[in-house]
Amino acid sequence: MVRLRDPFMDCVRRLDDIASSVDFEGNTAKIDATGLTHKELNDLLRVCVEKGAEKIIIKNVCGQRYIGTRLHFPGKKVEIDVFGIPGNDLGMFMNGHRIVVHGNAQDGVGNTMNDGEIVVKGRAGDVVAMSMRGGRIFIRDDVGYRTAIHMKEYRERVPVLVVGGSSQDFLGEYMAGGSVLLLGLTLKNQKHKANYVGTGMHGGTIYIRGKIEQYQLGKEVGVVEMEEEDYRKVESLVKDYLRYFKDSIKNFELDEIMGERFIKLVPVSKRPYGRIYTYYIRY
Amino acid sequence: MAMKSHLLPEFIVERDNERCDSCKVCIKQCPFGVHYYDEEKDRVYSREELCVGCQRCVVYCPKNALKVIPYPKHYRPNDYWNESYIRDIKKQAESGGIILTSCGSARRTKIYWDHILLNASQVTNPSIDPLREPMELRTFLGRKPDALEIDLENMEIKTELHPNLMIEAPILFAGMSYGAISYNAFKSLAMAAKKFGTLFNTGEGGMPKDMREEFKDCTIVQCASGRFGVDPEYLNYSAAIEIKIGQGAKPGIGGHLPGEKVTAEISSTRMIPEGTDALSPAPHHDIYSIEDLSMLIYALKEATNYEKPVCVKIAAVHNVAAIASGMVRAGADIIAIDGFRGGTGATPKIMREHVGIPVELALAAVDQRLREEGIRNKCSVIVGGGIRCAADVVKAIALGADAVYIGTAALIALGCTMCQHCHTGKCAWGICTQDPELSKRLNPKVGAERAYNLLRAWSLEIKDVLGGMGINAIESLRGNRDHLRGIGLEEWELKVLGIKGAGE
Amino acid sequence: MINRISVSDGRITKEVQACAVFGVMDRSGRRFRGGMVINAMKNMRVRGNGLGGGFAVYGIYPEYKDCYALHIMFQDDDPGLKQEVDEFLHRNFDVVNDEEIPTNEEASVEDPPLFWRYFVTPQKKGEDKNLSDDDYVVKKVMYINTCINGAYVFSSGKDMGVFKGVGFPEEIADFFMLDELYKGYIWTAHSRFPTNTPGWWGGAHPFCILDWTVVHNGEISSYGTNRRFLEMYGYYCTLYTDTEVIAYAVDLLMRRQRLPIEVVAKIFAPPMWDQIDRMQENERKFYTTLRMVYAPLLINGPFTVIIAHHGEMIGLTDRIRLRPITAGEKGDMLFVSSEEAAIRAVCSHPDRVWTPHGGEPIIGRLRSN
Repeated sequence: MVRLRDPFMDCVRRLDDIASSVDFEGNTAKIDATGLTHKELNDLLRVCVEKGAEKIIIKNVCGQRYIGTRLHFPGKKVEIDVFGIPGNDLGMFMNGHRIVVHGNAQDGVGNTMNDGEIVVKGRAGDVVAMSMRGGRIFIRDDVGYRTAIHMKEYRERVPVLVVGGSSQDFLGEYMAGGSVLLLGLTLKNQKHKANYVGTGMHGGTIYIRGKIEQYQLGKEVGVVEMEEEDYRKVESLVKDYLRYFKDSIKNFELDEIMGERFIKLVPVSKRPYGRIYTYYIRY
Repeated sequence: MAMKSHLLPEFIVERDNERCDSCKVCIKQCPFGVHYYDEEKDRVYSREELCVGCQRCVVYCPKNALKVIPYPKHYRPNDYWNESYIRDIKKQAESGGIILTSCGSARRTKIYWDHILLNASQVTNPSIDPLREPMELRTFLGRKPDALEIDLENMEIKTELHPNLMIEAPILFAGMSYGAISYNAFKSLAMAAKKFGTLFNTGEGGMPKDMREEFKDCTIVQCASGRFGVDPEYLNYSAAIEIKIGQGAKPGIGGHLPGEKVTAEISSTRMIPEGTDALSPAPHHDIYSIEDLSMLIYALKEATNYEKPVCVKIAAVHNVAAIASGMVRAGADIIAIDGFRGGTGATPKIMREHVGIPVELALAAVDQRLREEGIRNKCSVIVGGGIRCAADVVKAIALGADAVYIGTAALIALGCTMCQHCHTGKCAWGICTQDPELSKRLNPKVGAERAYNLLRAWSLEIKDVLGGMGINAIESLRGNRDHLRGIGLEEWELKVLGIKGAGE
Repeated sequence: MINRISVSDGRITKEVQACAVFGVMDRSGRRFRGGMVINAMKNMRVRGNGLGGGFAVYGIYPEYKDCYALHIMFQDDDPGLKQEVDEFLHRNFDVVNDEEIPTNEEASVEDPPLFWRYFVTPQKKGEDKNLSDDDYVVKKVMYINTCINGAYVFSSGKDMGVFKGVGFPEEIADFFMLDELYKGYIWTAHSRFPTNTPGWWGGAHPFCILDWTVVHNGEISSYGTNRRFLEMYGYYCTLYTDTEVIAYAVDLLMRRQRLPIEVVAKIFAPPMWDQIDRMQENERKFYTTLRMVYAPLLINGPFTVIIAHHGEMIGLTDRIRLRPITAGEKGDMLFVSSEEAAIRAVCSHPDRVWTPHGGEPIIGRLRSN
């Protein structure tokens, strides 16, 4: 018999014992995340918002998960600056806040995110924007596997993901809505390496700048010409991208980015798997 | 090229022309287009090959003129190449597709419930009369601490407790999504659960906005691989959250709600555009490993400020005991195990009939394993997948379950006749359909009454059995395998079930 | 106490588990203490559940660098058991030195078994004379692990050692006093989230055969196929966990068949057929043949592994990368980790951090090689 140990809940200190990690000045809270467990950091974040913080600066983050998740306060919008490396599921289920990461992020950025904005001044790991259904995510550099998997939209809620670099396999798999823009700025004239792009895609749009071969695309997507409206949309996103990352991206100008060829991927069908079943043939 | 179908009808529609007065009710009632009226002959006829045997016309025929009976065994009898295989091969030869079906496994596999017998008190300890004396079925679901720290002076519990759910009988409605079932069916179950004091489960299709406030205390909201309708508000308007990993009717695969069922209302609940396939991936793409499950459990606890228990539902599969232990260690407060008889609105037949194990064996193995590891009190166990009657409930509790999920039985209460054609979306009983004409056949008030009555009836029966055993609180039955005996079981089966043979 | 299942029992089951992995190598060969790897594992504490932690360290026994260092755990209190092992070892090896592995009695671990280490050189007799030293050691290790109930050789390489047990990695490190007592140029580590074999110290990672070690995150769906194939080559899985098959497969392919990791990676995580079908003819033939011949060693299901032996540390994931991996480097230091945060927790400004495609190995080699 071995005792049950819960590394997430064990060793979580009471709020009073970690209060010294927070520094409040006006509407701004500063948190030193050194030595804080995942839950402790999120306990503090929640308290800060409850106390009226509008801006929260977190220093020395090193792997703490779910930043922004426990801040479901309808109507409230907070800006969170993360220094260091946030843990998995950054901004998961997030609803309206804005998070800026001054560095890289790990897996699950914006997982099932509802609204708000996440800006990562670096790269991000796997399953970025998974099942995302609203808000915007900007990743300066590359992303990993299964980016934007099962992203979906409903009416005015149209999620947007902009990736400055490239992606690994299964980008936009099962995608059901929203827009993904892949700029390929880290490629240096090589083609994108991702395979199975848009496999099972049945909604939304993927814009890709840079070279990609037909065989790298899933069977369920079609390549269509960019239209005027697409260029307008892309250009506006690229402008935001350049604005968000102007301090760290100096080599790229709007014209240069927009001057390259873009392709647009859309699903062939809203019902990609309708034909693999025998319902009952007489109907 | 058009192909002549080689399939034979499955049912015969017998119409008593003496009784039939061509009132056409059957034509209106049948969504499959079996009955039609021939004006010239002024008579109603039937296209039997379209009949699925749902018996709607039979029940609603005002003249009792109809009989729907199985087609006689039509091919040469053969135990090996039986009718089901011949029929499926012909279907596939004509379509080239996966055979789709619905509901739970219909295969002839040993039903362990029927090989387990219950005990009753005689002479040495008294049975209790449930009519006269209190009989308690109240049940708490969730993680319990090993011990309590008590401030005796102030009668105060100092231990911080994990959130628990309280239900008035150990029976909950299993997850069935709005989309798989109609709004009226969905609402019937919600209303019945609320009135009775138990919980219903949204399934993976989200929760209609208009129901959130009213039913938030009796709703288990599901978070499945498709994340349909999952947002912070949805998660917080709930009594508990269930992560659906697997389903007994189709372990290991996802689900496809076909675009034609994604109506305006479904689309707003699931938060996807109208007419789009709602595809639930086979895995959660943020869970490829047990530590990822832990990550999602805590993500949901974070999202709901640690106020709700988190349940994890899996299908009963080979390694179920080890998996269950992992789930508890990953932070699940409740684990739900769905046996291979569990139902569904659509599943490939190959999954339904061949994957998974009986829930009786899975439950026994899981309960035993968790006890051996000393962590049984760290979670509650709910089992489902073919619970047919109160006796099954009692046997499940005695094997070690805290409560049971009922899905199929609840739908049968609403009107389902197990015709197994949910996947066509044409349910004549207004249950598994999104056709407004069909779904209005089910009045939620009447549906709720039927579902409530079922809960009441089973509760009374459970109390009767408990009384017979000399037990007046359900907790004394829980895991009390002394009250079970096996009959017609082999040594290994008795061992897995942890029960003695009858007479032992 | 786990009852031994006979090796011929086809019902051996693997159990579910998952984890955190971390590896660090100084490619210049400089040896360093364990503090860094211990802190990295602490950072990923929530990926484990305290039921298993372990480390492999290379370059720790320079004074015995020509001897095989056997780390053996004795599960039973029976003094006869150790005597049986001692006699077996003295019959088959020249035992240059042996001692109890030093442990910290204050450490917070429960019911540790007895740990002993033996520095040995082979004493081959009879038909065993035809075996290479390595094969001889493998054979004797397999004998102890399958035939002497309660004794397990969990480390058998030269100038390296595995230290593992039940607990969080930092607790195991504390128990074996890794930071204080050892210096190595490669450290790999594992934190385990098992759902099985509670209390079973042998079930922790790393798994080791000779100087090959494997730490693993994931669950191998092809375990039954892999295991039964390896049995034909004399490898018997006795530790109730799927990772063991990777260790043996690595030994078979890399040591005995002398295939380089670049090829082995493509056996474990081969390209998809649709990718192979698009290749140039010679490449297509190569991969087609590889997949055809080594089909039983395709490792299916999610995995990240860190494989190490003297001079080399390798990180690899399954071909569709269902488990995470991040690499980082700073000067001669190479890091491989489940999470980037763990790298940054111990190396604040790496020169480079990257994540390769699924099935593409991260390879660290000694500069002098």
